[in-house]
Amino acid sequence: MNGVHDVGGMQDFGPIRPEPNEPVFHATWEGRVMAMNMAVAAWRKFATDNRRYARELIPPAQQLVMSYYEKWYAGLVANMLDAKMVTRDEIESGKPAPGTPRLTPPLSAAGVPAFWEKGAPKTRDVDAKARFRVGQRVRTLNINPPTHTRLPRYARDKAGIVERDHGVYVFPDTNALSLGEKPQHLYSVRFGARELWGDAASARDSVFLDLWDDYLEPA
Amino acid sequence: MQTTRRDFLATAGAAAGVAAAPSTAHADEADHDRQAVPSDPTLRVKALESLLVEKGLVDRAALDALVDLFEHKIGPRNGARVVARAWADPDYKRRLLADANGAIAELGYTGQQGEHMVVVENTPGVHNVVVCTLCSCYPWPTLGLPPVWYKSAAYRSRAVIDPRGVLKELGVELSEDVEVRVWDSTAEIRYLVLPERPAGTEGMTEDALAALVTRDSMIGTGHALAPGARA
Repeated sequence: MNGVHDVGGMQDFGPIRPEPNEPVFHATWEGRVMAMNMAVAAWRKFATDNRRYARELIPPAQQLVMSYYEKWYAGLVANMLDAKMVTRDEIESGKPAPGTPRLTPPLSAAGVPAFWEKGAPKTRDVDAKARFRVGQRVRTLNINPPTHTRLPRYARDKAGIVERDHGVYVFPDTNALSLGEKPQHLYSVRFGARELWGDAASARDSVFLDLWDDYLEPA
Repeated sequence: MQTTRRDFLATAGAAAGVAAAPSTAHADEADHDRQAVPSDPTLRVKALESLLVEKGLVDRAALDALVDLFEHKIGPRNGARVVARAWADPDYKRRLLADANGAIAELGYTGQQGEHMVVVENTPGVHNVVVCTLCSCYPWPTLGLPPVWYKSAAYRSRAVIDPRGVLKELGVELSEDVEVRVWDSTAEIRYLVLPERPAGTEGMTEDALAALVTRDSMIGTGHALAPGARA
């Protein structure tokens, strides 16, 4: 989706403002939102890609002014609505619908360390053929899907060099739509700064993106 | 389902007390939501937590444990141990650059958002800097949750188009001879920068070295501290 989340190369957002001695959370509710995102993820009713897509679907004008954890709150609720883990009435009333069975057991405090350690690897042990090899010159496709993609606008229809084959990973464009993981090779692709931004950019500099087979064609 | 989600999201900003006009199509619904959902994030989040606890979807003690983990168990002190070990032990450094997952696991800093690590090395001729232009990807086990500026549109937008300007703004002046490599975390690979070891640190212990490693030096938006300097 050509949304406002895809900011690479945009200008005029103002200065970067580092905060000295920044706390991990600026308010208690931020930590609870983050923790709920994790604890609900432990049910594995939806994937990281679904979560990112939900936050991207927040209307653009609001996305730009909502705080980070407000977006994570909104995205979490949207994902739970989609997964039918909660209903809209429940969110509005704050009460479970009468007669809804309790889903148990949730992630417990004792289960947190193992849940954390295990992580959620996105590699898949399937025999997918690599379409490109390290050192090969490739070009990104000019695609503009109205749905989730991890090929940013600034890097479409650009030529680069495959620097590394990371192996086989879940493909977010289909997974975010719950259309399957479509595992395929993921590559580190290097783009010259001038290829991306024109001759005003430094000839020495480059930007590396991690891109899937389906985003690339031979150049 | 898509409609349900979009409807909720369309009103989420309004419910969050954000000054944004709801879409015309859902104006009535948005007004309704503003009344139904408390505008204060503290109250809204408490309401959601109570609902999820009542439904059996989350356990409060688990949320406490997760918050504790985010606040106290992960963070840049972990990454600093990795860097200090790499500076002190050439074999470890080789393993770290060849197989970051394995080498970082040796020190125990594994977990969510650290499943697929790559370490990139700064040298006198190459400066690496990490960004996520699409969201906020960041190596949690070694660096903790990202700071607000890393997640800001200001950093995310400019790091790829004007990395030298961004670095200068953040206090890192690079000569034209130095090659800048920007790593846009567009997939599930998480990047950690191995900063240059500061001069005058020969013979220092790993503990002393770790104290010189800043969070920003591992993002690439800073250098490691000189001995005797303070973060």
